[in-house]
Amino acid sequence: MAGMSGRMSTVIKAKISKLLDKAEDPGETLDYSYTRQLESLQQVKKGIADVVTAKKRLGMQAQKLEQSVVKLDTQARQALAAGNEELARTALERKSLAQAELQSLDQQVAELQSQQDKLTESEKRLRTKIEAFRTKKEVIKAQYSAAEAQVRISEAATGVGEEMADVGLAMQRAVDKTEDMKARASAVEELEAAGTFEDLTQLGSGQDDIDRELAALGTGSMVDDELAKMKAELGQGSAPPPAELESGEGKP
Amino acid sequence: MIVRIMGEGQYRLSAEVLERVNELDNTIVKAVDGDDEDGFHESFEEMLNVIRSEGEHLGDEEIETSDVIVPPADTSFAEAAAEFTGEGLIPD
Repeated sequence: MAGMSGRMSTVIKAKISKLLDKAEDPGETLDYSYTRQLESLQQVKKGIADVVTAKKRLGMQAQKLEQSVVKLDTQARQALAAGNEELARTALERKSLAQAELQSLDQQVAELQSQQDKLTESEKRLRTKIEAFRTKKEVIKAQYSAAEAQVRISEAATGVGEEMADVGLAMQRAVDKTEDMKARASAVEELEAAGTFEDLTQLGSGQDDIDRELAALGTGSMVDDELAKMKAELGQGSAPPPAELESGEGKP
Repeated sequence: MIVRIMGEGQYRLSAEVLERVNELDNTIVKAVDGDDEDGFHESFEEMLNVIRSEGEHLGDEEIETSDVIVPPADTSFAEAAAEFTGEGLIPD
C-alpha cells in the first residue's frame, strides 16, 4: 500500500542507485546527473504546455456554447412570437442543456488554471535547484578525492532527485486530470456534432438523439418556467418578426 | 529534521515542532482508520499549517534530502488511506 509519499521515496532511490552504478568517474557521474536533470526540466515544460493546450480547447468550447445559449434564446422568442410553442420549448430545452454544460466547462477551466499555476511554481523551484547543482558539481570536481566525491555526489543527486520526483508526481496528477477533461471535451464535441446545441432551423428530421430526450426529462420544469416568463414578456412588449422560422422544422 | 510537503517545497523543523506534527500524524491515522473524513481534513490541514508556519522554509537553491515526505495539500480522503497507515508518515 504505497501512497504518493512512499512511491516518491521508491522513485528517488531507484534513480540514484542507477545513477551511481552508471559511472566510475565521479566527474562523469556529475555531468550525467546534470544532463538528466535538464531533460527532466524539459519534460516539466512540456507538461505545462499540455495543460495550457487543454485549457485553451475547453475555453473555445465554452465560447461556442455561450453563442449557442444566446442563439437558442433568440430562437425561442421568435418561435413563441410566431405562435409555435412546441418549437420554443425545444429551443429552451437545448438552451438549458447548453447552460449546464457551460457551467461544468467553466469549473474545469478554473481547475486546469490552478494545475498550471502549481506546475509553473514547481518548474521554477526545480530550475533553481538544478542551477545550484551545477555550481555544486564544479566544486565537488575541484575539491574532493574520488572516494569523498562519491558521497557528496550521492547527497546532491538525491536532493535534486527528490525535487524531480516531486515535480514528476505533480505532473502525473495534472496529466490525469487533463485526460479526464479531454474525454469530457470530446463528449461535448459529440453532442455538438449531433446537433444538440445547433441552430434549430438547420436540424433535419431524425436528428433527435437520446441524450437530448434524457436531458429534457430533467430540465422540463425549468423550461416550463422560462416559457411562461417569455410569454409574459412577449405579451407586454412587441414581438420580433418570425421570418427565420418560416421554413423551420417544428411547424405543426 | 527536514520535511517536504509535496508540491510546495521543504521546511526545517525543530524537535518540538516535529513532535507536534507527529501527534497530528497519529491523529490522522486514527481518523483514516475510523473512516472519519471530516476529522482527516481538519487534522491534515492543521498539520500542513504547523509545518508552514512553524518550520523554516528552505530556499530553492538548498540541496537537501528530506527526512519526512508529506503528501500534497489536495490529497483526497481516498488517497489518504494509502498514506496514513500504521505509524503514519513519521515512525513513532
